[in-house]
Amino acid sequence: MSFYSPVRTNASEVAESDRLHLLKYAEDPNQCSIDTYVQRGGYGAWRKALTSMKPEEVITAIKDSGLRGRGGAGFPTGMKWGFVPKDSPKPRYLICNADESEPGTCKDRVIMERDPHAMIEGMAIAAYAIGSHLMFVYIRGEFAHCADQVEKAMNEAYAQGQLGKNIHGSGYDLDMIVHTGGGAYICGEETALLNSLEGLRGMSRIRPPFPAVAGLYGCPTIVNNVESLASVPHIINRGADWYRSLGTEKSAGSKLFSLSGHIKQPGNYEVELGFSLKTLIYDPKYGGGILDDKKLKGVIPGGASTPLLTPDMIEVGLDYESLPEKGSMLGSGAVIVFHEETCIVWVIQRLIHFFRHESCGKCTPCHEGTAWLEKLINRVESGKGEEGDIEKIDDICSNILGRTVCPLGDAAVMPIQSAIELYRDEWEHHIRHGKCLVKSQFGLK
Amino acid sequence: MLAEESIALIKEKAAKYPERKSAILPALTVAYRQVGHLNDELYSEISEIIRVPAVEIAEAATFYTMFPKHPVGKYLIQVCHNISCALLGADSLIGYLEEKLEIKKGETTSDNLFTLVTVECLGSCCTAPMMQINQDYYENLTRERVDEILEELRTRA
Repeated sequence: MSFYSPVRTNASEVAESDRLHLLKYAEDPNQCSIDTYVQRGGYGAWRKALTSMKPEEVITAIKDSGLRGRGGAGFPTGMKWGFVPKDSPKPRYLICNADESEPGTCKDRVIMERDPHAMIEGMAIAAYAIGSHLMFVYIRGEFAHCADQVEKAMNEAYAQGQLGKNIHGSGYDLDMIVHTGGGAYICGEETALLNSLEGLRGMSRIRPPFPAVAGLYGCPTIVNNVESLASVPHIINRGADWYRSLGTEKSAGSKLFSLSGHIKQPGNYEVELGFSLKTLIYDPKYGGGILDDKKLKGVIPGGASTPLLTPDMIEVGLDYESLPEKGSMLGSGAVIVFHEETCIVWVIQRLIHFFRHESCGKCTPCHEGTAWLEKLINRVESGKGEEGDIEKIDDICSNILGRTVCPLGDAAVMPIQSAIELYRDEWEHHIRHGKCLVKSQFGLK
Repeated sequence: MLAEESIALIKEKAAKYPERKSAILPALTVAYRQVGHLNDELYSEISEIIRVPAVEIAEAATFYTMFPKHPVGKYLIQVCHNISCALLGADSLIGYLEEKLEIKKGETTSDNLFTLVTVECLGSCCTAPMMQINQDYYENLTRERVDEILEELRTRA
């Protein structure tokens, strides 16, 4: 097994809660073994679905639960499953998207490291619901230790008859393949993932057709995030109404949040949707406040592709409806915090470098636009910006937004636009004075 | 040249997929782990094993940044310089590694032991700053920890 370090979690709080569930056994290494998992009720939901529920009933339960995609887009999971055509003579495929690569996000990793059977069980239930007999998990290539852990769990599941032929005497066959990627952010986008899995360059596809109709090898395919799938067994066990009772009216359930950056206690925390961002950052149970007790300057609340929030905006619920009211998004649940001594232009320079690097090159607004943006932003950051550069950056952003095949283009420009809107004085200072406002204020080099 | 075990592993993986081309990435991963980088010769070898034209293998391989396309040191040090790691001093860590190894980023030490590169987010944001060396993740890094790791790898080599 490859070497890695464990991430801090709130597993002990989750263990005492009747509502939180994803990280319940995250601090117990035995949870990775199928015997312990089964002793704790594991694969019970799989048996229940397979032997006492029709596929449509499983889909209805997930629809009724209100579960929405936890990878970033937030699309209702049950509705997605319902898009698979009932009459298609082709094979159907279920794919678990474990390409976790949105900067700031390291939550799916914790599920694969510490509760891999929960993911496999959720995948099996989803596969059954859509009539799939072959399912894949696409794990980012760098997560070698996750792939090892999942493969070990998969082999245990086969050995115990949870996967394979005629599972639990139901006549249902289900196989699984662990597939690893090659280091490309774009492959977390579902159509690029499909191309990658087919052995092509990981470039996104034009939709329609949607993967549910024509996905992997042109067959109906459902792609769901690790955390979404790991939530499924809990919903089948405890019912859609129970799941709906968690979170808010429009954002049901609980979710993992990866808290990183200038924070005292970075880690992965499971909370119900609607939980206060401010509490997550400052409560000693979670973030415990800003590093070195400095003042908070800003938060990227949902991964590198979500618009920023200023300190006066953090009294907000972490859910699908409240963050948009503040102009941002829940995204993947990656909360990146930075303190007062951080230059905003520098933050954005990091992000645009990333998006330019990861643009797949398929469509012009994205591959040209992100390169122009990086050049302009580098120029401003280094103090060589010119009057009109902010307007130019803004103009390029507007010409990328909504004009690309996949969401990478939008993802690249949304944080930039918000950073200009919220911190315009810093951009102007860089241009007019040829140096950084923050560095001058705090006497930094 | 691919070793017997690598060829067997590629065949075993390829047999599982409904379509042969899907075995390209798994085959590239096996080849990369054995050789340390990828090249045309390996694409041809893989082409023979999974019966997919070498040009299609090269086409895919050149898209993916995880596989170096030229020889690298025994230990490929990949330091994340994305936002969460950068906020916690990734740049200073990269500078420190350059100083310790007496190379610039992108270069290999003269004893062919270490290659230093920067990479984008590796999903280790709550244990930042971090670096990946070959398949292993080294997290919560400090200068002292970097010293220990380099020492340990030198001894192991």
